[in-house]
Amino acid sequence: MEKDVAIVGVGQSAFVRSCGMTTRELCYEGFAEAMLSVNLQPNQIDASIICSAPEYDKQRSPAGVIAEYLGLIPQPTFYVESVCSSSSTGLRVAYSLIKSGLYKTIAVVGFQKMSELSSREAMERMGRGADVVWESPFGLTMPAGYATYATAHMNAFGTEQKHMAMVREKNSGYGMLNDKAVYRKKLSVEDVLNSEMISYPLKKFDCCANADGSSCIIVASKDVASKITQKPVWIMGLGAANDTTSMSGRKMLTGLKAAKDAAGVAYKMAGVGPEDIDVAEVHDCFTISEILAYEDLGFAKPGEGIKLLEDKETYLGGKIPVNVDGGLLSKGHPIGATGGSQVRTIFRQLRGEASDIQVDGAKIGLVHNIGGTGIYGNVTILGV
Amino acid sequence: MGFERFGVVSFASETLASDFVTYLDEGKVMATKCRTCGEVYFPPRTQCTICFSANIEWFSVGQGKLVTYTTVMYGPLGFENDTPYTLALVEFSSGIPVKDELPCAAHSVSSPPGYKVFGRLDKAIAKDDIKIGLALKAATVKLADDRVSYEFRKV
Repeated sequence: MEKDVAIVGVGQSAFVRSCGMTTRELCYEGFAEAMLSVNLQPNQIDASIICSAPEYDKQRSPAGVIAEYLGLIPQPTFYVESVCSSSSTGLRVAYSLIKSGLYKTIAVVGFQKMSELSSREAMERMGRGADVVWESPFGLTMPAGYATYATAHMNAFGTEQKHMAMVREKNSGYGMLNDKAVYRKKLSVEDVLNSEMISYPLKKFDCCANADGSSCIIVASKDVASKITQKPVWIMGLGAANDTTSMSGRKMLTGLKAAKDAAGVAYKMAGVGPEDIDVAEVHDCFTISEILAYEDLGFAKPGEGIKLLEDKETYLGGKIPVNVDGGLLSKGHPIGATGGSQVRTIFRQLRGEASDIQVDGAKIGLVHNIGGTGIYGNVTILGV
Repeated sequence: MGFERFGVVSFASETLASDFVTYLDEGKVMATKCRTCGEVYFPPRTQCTICFSANIEWFSVGQGKLVTYTTVMYGPLGFENDTPYTLALVEFSSGIPVKDELPCAAHSVSSPPGYKVFGRLDKAIAKDDIKIGLALKAATVKLADDRVSYEFRKV
């Protein structure tokens, strides 16, 4: 394993339906948790990368005001976005800036305050993450985008709505243990199947909830990392790939090609394969998304993802525990903060600090974070 | 100009491919093809990304098959009164031969590959008839307020 760039500290705010804070105050919550965990002062951070999806709040160019509020002045700051995978993209940029030698320490701050909008407005903003010229005029939404994948998967492999509901049943059980999660109630397969239809075949409980939240990842170069912490978590592999935004351009409909491509790059860079991953956080924005992730990441062959669920292999104690922090389905999905929250969970797992949800002896962890309906694929492999 | 008339709610007023709307007014659903290399485009575009040619022609979208779909029960802002509607992806085999006199190294196939078109299913199609593989054709639709669109109808 190359030990060049490390994650030394992580933090996140509670993910809630309505935070009662400004975006800068919300960012402070995740940033302060991360900084306190490593006993760093803002002047010890060389640069900051602020990550979110635009248009959920009114602040244009959020990086400046957020860096100011976090005390990160005069260090450079800038904004990156890849909708729901914005903070994974931020981590990728931080990695390259440190690897280049330009900076030694970077704070990657992800946030989203979605409660400024009504549910239908949020649905419209998300729908405009699709191709606004040719496809949004038909009323395309995020659930609808993933639902087209669910339909194709059902048709190709005989996947049923009950299999998707099993994802929610699993993740809701772990969500109960996560004090930062917005949804902490156990849901059964029947609860999911009996919930209202949102976009066939996806029902209400097949979908994650909009939320307000922030996350922070402190990234450091090798020499500085060892001074900050005795337990750095190393970035072993970073894969990113991009698929067409328009649904009409998609070559693969039973999986997300961008995720599959990104996984291939990340595994190659890390020098490991799916069988080496001890614990994973995948982008379960919808229940079907987690099944697609099992297959796109190579945890299961195409069409066999549901078998992992039936055999409880993705539960704690299984072959490859997935989303044992409750996943997006339980935590909620404050778009720009999600990737950082996933990284936080894996960081704690690899340091043996995950308490109730600890995967014994976890050494290599994976984060799968997707932007839009499979537009931006990001796979990050971390190790100790 | 004119492109803002496309769809139930539009988010763009102009495109180099705005002839698409003119064709919809004439009852035709059209895609584009590069005359130089044969690449087929849907969504239509007039700038070829394979050979960088602007030598583009329009052709009519023919008959295709349903690849996947979803029925939206909860619509976004602007579509509240439109639900339920079924969004579909339909695959067409182009069947248009590439012009023999214009061979292109970038595109060695003799006929362009199939292409997919995203849109809505005709609401008249019964729920039980909606199956992957269903034969469909694209047809133009006139909406309120002088707006135009297209949908997929049973063949």
